[in-house]
Amino acid sequence: MSLGNPFRSPTSKKRPRISKVGDQIFLTLLLLAVAGIIALTVGLVGALVFGSRMALQTLGLSILWTRTWDPPNNTWGILPFVVGTLVTSALALLIAVPLGLGAAIFLTEHAPAWLRAPVGQVIELLAAIPSIIFGFWGLIVLVPLMRSSVDPLLVRYLGWTGLFGGVIVGQDYLTASLVLAVMAIPTVTAISRDSIATVPRAQKEAALSIGATDWEVTRRAVVPYARSGIIAGAVLGLGRALGETMAVLLTIGNSPYLPTSFFSQGETIAAAIANYFTETDSGPLEIPVLLEAGLILLLITLAINVGARLVLARFQQGGGAAAE
Amino acid sequence: MNFDRAARRKYFSHGMTVLTGLSIVVIMIPLIAIIYEAASIGGSVINVAFFTQGIPYPCNSPPAASCQQGGVIVPIEGTLSLLGLASLFSVPVGVGAAIFAVEYGGERASARVIGIVADVLSGVPSIVAGAFVYIVMLAYDPSIVFSTLSGSLALSVLMVPIVTRTCEEALRTVPHSVREAALALGISRWKTSVRIVFVAALPGVVTGVLLSIARAAGEAAPLLLVLGDGCPHPLQGITNEGCALPLWIFYGATNPYHNWYLLAWGCALLLLLIILILSISSRLVLERLARRMRGG
Repeated sequence: MSLGNPFRSPTSKKRPRISKVGDQIFLTLLLLAVAGIIALTVGLVGALVFGSRMALQTLGLSILWTRTWDPPNNTWGILPFVVGTLVTSALALLIAVPLGLGAAIFLTEHAPAWLRAPVGQVIELLAAIPSIIFGFWGLIVLVPLMRSSVDPLLVRYLGWTGLFGGVIVGQDYLTASLVLAVMAIPTVTAISRDSIATVPRAQKEAALSIGATDWEVTRRAVVPYARSGIIAGAVLGLGRALGETMAVLLTIGNSPYLPTSFFSQGETIAAAIANYFTETDSGPLEIPVLLEAGLILLLITLAINVGARLVLARFQQGGGAAAE
Repeated sequence: MNFDRAARRKYFSHGMTVLTGLSIVVIMIPLIAIIYEAASIGGSVINVAFFTQGIPYPCNSPPAASCQQGGVIVPIEGTLSLLGLASLFSVPVGVGAAIFAVEYGGERASARVIGIVADVLSGVPSIVAGAFVYIVMLAYDPSIVFSTLSGSLALSVLMVPIVTRTCEEALRTVPHSVREAALALGISRWKTSVRIVFVAALPGVVTGVLLSIARAAGEAAPLLLVLGDGCPHPLQGITNEGCALPLWIFYGATNPYHNWYLLAWGCALLLLLIILILSISSRLVLERLARRMRGG
């Protein structure tokens, strides 16, 4: 500081105001915010363990493979909810990945330039629609449509597989999976599109120069190069489907039994929490069990999200190195 | 023979191009169907009463001739107070953590930790955020578990990671030379961070806050656990039971009353418009930022 301040007039006796106190206060405030966000993350897991301690002590992980949810008889099996979560999410992904990837390929490789930005923005808009509106639309429009038109066709042509049987209600695994697929598509599309856009032009031109058709360029040069980004997009879409509540709650039919076909009514972990949390007359164990289910759901989605982000970070760092 | 094979490959390639284009069309169908449904049914109840009256007595218009349409002023008020409170909780934490990560963290582990924590939080299912707030509030004061306060806390859990991450990105776009120039002039570190770097990144920060509000505005699941049902009467205060637009859509969807059903579509339309406006305005703010960065 002995150099003095060039902007200070030579006659002024005032020292330049470098307030160490201000820095200290500011840093303290920032550290408070940092402590807050870290405490929030640790507290989330901690609070769920605390809230479910009664269930963890008496039942432990046995709720995971108990097949029956029957609170009045003190039977606490969340296997039907776990199966519901996994099956609907897997089916949703099975629908969302081909469509989302197809859309991403069209947007980056084939669409005329003037179409790319607006269509991309419209798909992002789809991601911003609240899940309750997807659920409401699913219940009012999609459920009757499935019941009257789509489901009978599936029974007629695919009934022999055994996957489509039983009473057609409309609110079932299939409808819930379709709604989840619609919700996962924007995530899959956006992240696949971004990673396909990073494929170097030389990579495509090399394939074209040895006589590859457009599709062969996509299949052999583009998709392998962008593979980890595409996988990350699919996994993030899966994360969204696994944790979804409202859209599933309104379309899956809410019944705590294991499914026998895609037309069965069911429940996911998230939907079951929403459904049973507010009915407190089923004994002191019900909420702890539901909180334990929530803890399990949290750990699954966290593992999936962190995994996807790690893949994505590796891809962004190493560029196309991840492709080979 | 060779010619046939080349032609087949070409036609197959064209076919696949058409298929990828078709997938865009398929994706658009639900979007258009949802907007059509909300606009056609919800549009019929958007009038003065919709914005001024409370939730009506439930009824079906064919049996009861005097079935009132009513309005959703209570859910609108509830959502506004939830979003206001949630922003109050989440914006300082998110912005503070982001400033620390970018301005003080550098390449150190502390900066990485904040990024990881934000990633972890952004993957939390919304219903779990509700369960978390339920447990905390039950331990803190069981009489205010079901309240606007609890609801806004749950929403802020979902907002914090969005604010943190977008704010971090915005701060990183400010060139390092700006900070060095400020420090070289003898401006203290905190003033450099707040008055120079933060101000330069402000459009990006505003975008992040708007996006997080848009996300929170549509959340119903956590509110189902901790908001209670304050919809039938005027709202009492933040420690009393609250009401929200997305939650009211759920009531309208699951109860067999025609006037509630119509109002629920009205709420859906209103919510879609709010989110559309928030995301368009956030994009406009970002474009202004981009223009300024180019020196325009």
